[in-house]
Amino acid sequence: MMPFRFTPATQEENALKACSEPGAPRYVAGGTGLLDLMKLHVETPDHLVDVQNLPLGKIERQGQKIWVGAAVKNSDMATDPLIEKNFPLVSKALLSGASPQLRNLATLAGNLLQRTRCSYFRDTAWSCNKRKPGSGCPALEGQNRMHAVLGGSRHCIATHASDLCVALSALDARVKVLGNGGERWIEFADFHRLPGDTPHVETSLAPGELVLGVEIPVTDWFRHSTYVKVRDRASYAFALASAAVALQVESGVISNARIAFGGLGTVPWRAREAELFLAGQKPGERAARAAARIALTDTQPRKQNSFKIALAEETLVRAVLELGRPA
Amino acid sequence: MKRNGHEQDESPEFRVDRREFLISTLAIGAAVASPPKAFAEKAADALGPETTPTPVSLVKIQLHVNGAAHELTVDSRTTLLDLLREKLLLTGAKKGCDHGQCGACTVLVNGRRVNSCLTLAVQNQGRQITTIEGLANGETLHPMQEAFLEHDAFQCGFCTPGQILSAVSLDGEGCGASDAEIRECMSGNLCRCGAYRNIVQAVQSARKGALL
Repeated sequence: MMPFRFTPATQEENALKACSEPGAPRYVAGGTGLLDLMKLHVETPDHLVDVQNLPLGKIERQGQKIWVGAAVKNSDMATDPLIEKNFPLVSKALLSGASPQLRNLATLAGNLLQRTRCSYFRDTAWSCNKRKPGSGCPALEGQNRMHAVLGGSRHCIATHASDLCVALSALDARVKVLGNGGERWIEFADFHRLPGDTPHVETSLAPGELVLGVEIPVTDWFRHSTYVKVRDRASYAFALASAAVALQVESGVISNARIAFGGLGTVPWRAREAELFLAGQKPGERAARAAARIALTDTQPRKQNSFKIALAEETLVRAVLELGRPA
Repeated sequence: MKRNGHEQDESPEFRVDRREFLISTLAIGAAVASPPKAFAEKAADALGPETTPTPVSLVKIQLHVNGAAHELTVDSRTTLLDLLREKLLLTGAKKGCDHGQCGACTVLVNGRRVNSCLTLAVQNQGRQITTIEGLANGETLHPMQEAFLEHDAFQCGFCTPGQILSAVSLDGEGCGASDAEIRECMSGNLCRCGAYRNIVQAVQSARKGALL
């Protein structure tokens, strides 16, 4: 790790001010992502502003929304009664990510801002357009079994690693942030940016902006939801493919659906056309397969990762069948 | 804590930046091969504008480890794991991968298990840390330690402190009672010897004992 100054922040305004100072400041909370990358010299901040003790640790109902503060630990969010009851897919997504020890450290905002697990990104001996814009992407023709089949560009095909973000994108959550110009909301769909020509710009946050928390709309049928994750081993691994699904089923027919995929895209991948297709269908295998094919029409597989397309279809089928079963 | 004295030996006179180093070494070369001294300065310029390296930052912290209060001055970069092992000489928590992938460094912070390799010591101000050294009650082993011995739940023992601290956390986290649920809850602790079968048995027997 390179040396850095350390500033514990107790108020949002102080944190913002400290992170606006010259140099290369970064916010840190749980640290599980940032310290890992600092040890690899992928991240080299010269100033860490500790935001874990800001008053952003609450989960509460606010009218027809549930608010989750940025500093809420993944483990607390996963087992919170409001989350478990209203958004089972969020709880399941969280519990399928990382390990219990990591979930006890990792926070909501850290999860939103986590970097890719692309092995070229994580190894400074290689070029990488995320780390060094314009240096090239060895994954395009290299080891790309774990890489994205959706949303890639000729500059980057790194997969977005989060499970939680897949669930939040399915629910149309909103992210509240604080910058020097005050507070603003970012729709979840706009929060993570496709790599395009600028894979180093991963979110729509302005420099120094601080994530305050996330607001999730409460809708009755979000309680009928699940998250199915397929990986190389039974636990504690990143997704090869995952599906976050919520279904409103009335008289044996789907009236509303939400679908998002993980492990496939350069950002959490919402499948809106597949959702529209499912409305009016019976929650069975045939409809799920057809929906998956719609969602996976524009995939761009590379040499080693075309298996993810078939795997994603099976993952969605499994999720829909799970929800289609009579309660 | 006298042991930490060496941490503060960052006196500026021992620092030689790369520009000075290059100029002095090339100047020695110049004395032998006789190119103008300006060459050395030119070479240094080719390195681009000099950036000032961020100095090492020392931070005073207080924390409680196994019931004892400690006040230490640490490099801001020090992880909780390095502080425990290198400063307090509590070497029970192991450095396996140092990236949160193996769980050998697992300790309890305010009663919750964490990877001590991925949390900075300075972020644990005022917190209660429990390491494997603090788990027994004097000479009486914790029931989970007894169960690991009883069921031969290790081979080389390197992962064992982390396994045991994870295992004692399961009840508080609401982990289910089946073998499959225990495996899932213990998935953050790898065992390269492959003692998983016996580890599950040990955890089962200790948890059942605790319920009696």
